[in-house]
Amino acid sequence: MTGQPDEAVIKVHDLVVGFGRNIVLDRVSLEVMRGEILGFVGASGAGKSVLMRTIIGLLPKRAGRVEVFGVDMDKVNERGRQAVERRWGVLFQHGALFSSLSVRQNIQFPMREYLDLSHRLLEEVALAKLEMVGLGPEVADKFPSELSGGMTKRVALARALALDPEIVFLDEPTSGLDPISAGEFDHLIRTLQRTLGLTVFMVTHDLDSLHNVCDRIAVLAEGRIIAAGPMSAMLASAHPWMKAYFQGERAKRRRNS
Amino acid sequence: MSGEPSLKSSIDGESLKLAAAGPWTAPHARAIERLIEQALRQRADVRRIDLDLGGIERLDTFGAWLIERILRKLDGAGRETRLVGVADSYRVLLQEAHRLGRRPAPLARRPATLIAALNNIGATLASLASSLLMLMNMLGAVAAALLRVFVRPWTFRFTSMVHHMDRVGWRAVPIILMITFLIGAIIAQQGIFHFRKFGADIFVVDMVGILVLREIGVLLVCVMVAGRSGSAYTAELGAMKMREEIDALRTMGFDPIDVLILPRIIAIVLAVPILTFLGSMAALYGGGLVCWLYGGINPDVFLSRLREAITLDHFAVGMIKAPFMALIIGLVACTEGLAVKGSAESLGSQTTTSVVKSIFLVIVLDGLFAVFFAAVEM
Repeated sequence: MTGQPDEAVIKVHDLVVGFGRNIVLDRVSLEVMRGEILGFVGASGAGKSVLMRTIIGLLPKRAGRVEVFGVDMDKVNERGRQAVERRWGVLFQHGALFSSLSVRQNIQFPMREYLDLSHRLLEEVALAKLEMVGLGPEVADKFPSELSGGMTKRVALARALALDPEIVFLDEPTSGLDPISAGEFDHLIRTLQRTLGLTVFMVTHDLDSLHNVCDRIAVLAEGRIIAAGPMSAMLASAHPWMKAYFQGERAKRRRNS
Repeated sequence: MSGEPSLKSSIDGESLKLAAAGPWTAPHARAIERLIEQALRQRADVRRIDLDLGGIERLDTFGAWLIERILRKLDGAGRETRLVGVADSYRVLLQEAHRLGRRPAPLARRPATLIAALNNIGATLASLASSLLMLMNMLGAVAAALLRVFVRPWTFRFTSMVHHMDRVGWRAVPIILMITFLIGAIIAQQGIFHFRKFGADIFVVDMVGILVLREIGVLLVCVMVAGRSGSAYTAELGAMKMREEIDALRTMGFDPIDVLILPRIIAIVLAVPILTFLGSMAALYGGGLVCWLYGGINPDVFLSRLREAITLDHFAVGMIKAPFMALIIGLVACTEGLAVKGSAESLGSQTTTSVVKSIFLVIVLDGLFAVFFAAVEM
């Protein structure tokens, strides 16, 4: 919550990522501003998750530069990298909760590893985080295999928020949720973003999420970012893929309803 | 950043003023907790407390929660508290903290130690009984599946069985040959070394022949197969269970016993006797080699002595035991595989159980066979 509001916290410059002969991202450049919710869309298989995973360092890149909080992720040593990693949280598409730990332990895990907290505070904050994502203390001692899809996502979000990150990466947070749960989740992300001053990088297909939550939308197609801007700019675009995406059947039905 | 958080207290008449400053964030949480404890311990007689947050440079949920904790403690003690100088950017977070943690957490009830110990013994016994029951259940299901295959042979998954035979049998040949060869050689060496003291070197051939054909060959092979293939069966089936692949099969109208388990069990039951035969031969070869090179018993003598010492019965005993032991290994591995629950840890523990239990049962079965063969004079 420090720093200027108009500062780019993630800067991706001319990023090239490929597997074998297949180039997935071809000189992609993107900036994410502090405090905004950026929706990231693109066709299935276009490389949205690849970009996210490259930014957080799970995939190697062929060329280009990734800067997070002004730190060039190539030039930083192990300690500097860890310092940056502590300031972001990641929500994986399927939650990626540790299956042998209970919900409480899942949320406490990063806190235990990175912070020096008293036992009492650890317990209280873990339950508080759980409550922030809309789950009661009765869930705390369940195991991931006992949770429903929506609960898994909420717990995963609580874990992503465990260290009070400044950026959260969300990989399809509302996929697999019913429209009501998805709407609640959108609302939750909005609320948390306001409360905690988060910057949110959200890969999504959910048109409702894009309309309701996102400040800005970036579109990935043919290996590059073809547009970035608010929803109104997306709707005005003449690009055939974007027309089909934002003004297609499903989008129309949404507006009529 | 001034570096360290602080909480200064000053007294003004009947009111205490607490001025919080610095970063109230997670890395400083322990220090802040200590500060709060000190500040609240100092004065118990004041009635009003002003909490000045004007000096706070950074605040996160941990800091906000600690502030909320002060407020709740003082409220509980019946003091009047006020927050002063709250920056706008922190207001939402503090309100959120104020809302949280109102519902009491359910208490985990722990029974007394003696009862817990008794409870433990009971649960272990019950699980032992139920695991035996599950094994019987699996045996029955496999037998039923086998009968179905006899009635409709074209439904048998032959390709799958060949695939598993390749993995359990063919690919295991090198390691099985190697290990049994070495064990045969070691037994012969030990025998020669000790028998020589009373001039009975030649009886080493009897010992190697009988021991290898009746016991060592089949047991070694079974232990190897349990560790190599039984564990693989459990892990595969367990991973399929975890990813709901087995449920998917069921919903498509396939019985997982027919599709997954029967081919695996038939493959192991066919492969283990072959491996036992190969292993026994390798062990005899290793024993003969050591007798020749170390004990000076040349191969002609070894073979003629072997022919006198062993009968077809000895060979038959080993070979008869092999498929039954293989069946036990396969049944245990498949049962444990299907018992895997959602977590990665349960996959690991079921795989361990599978190997330990199948080796244990193989040895128990070996004992029963010893009694049986003694009774029928084989």
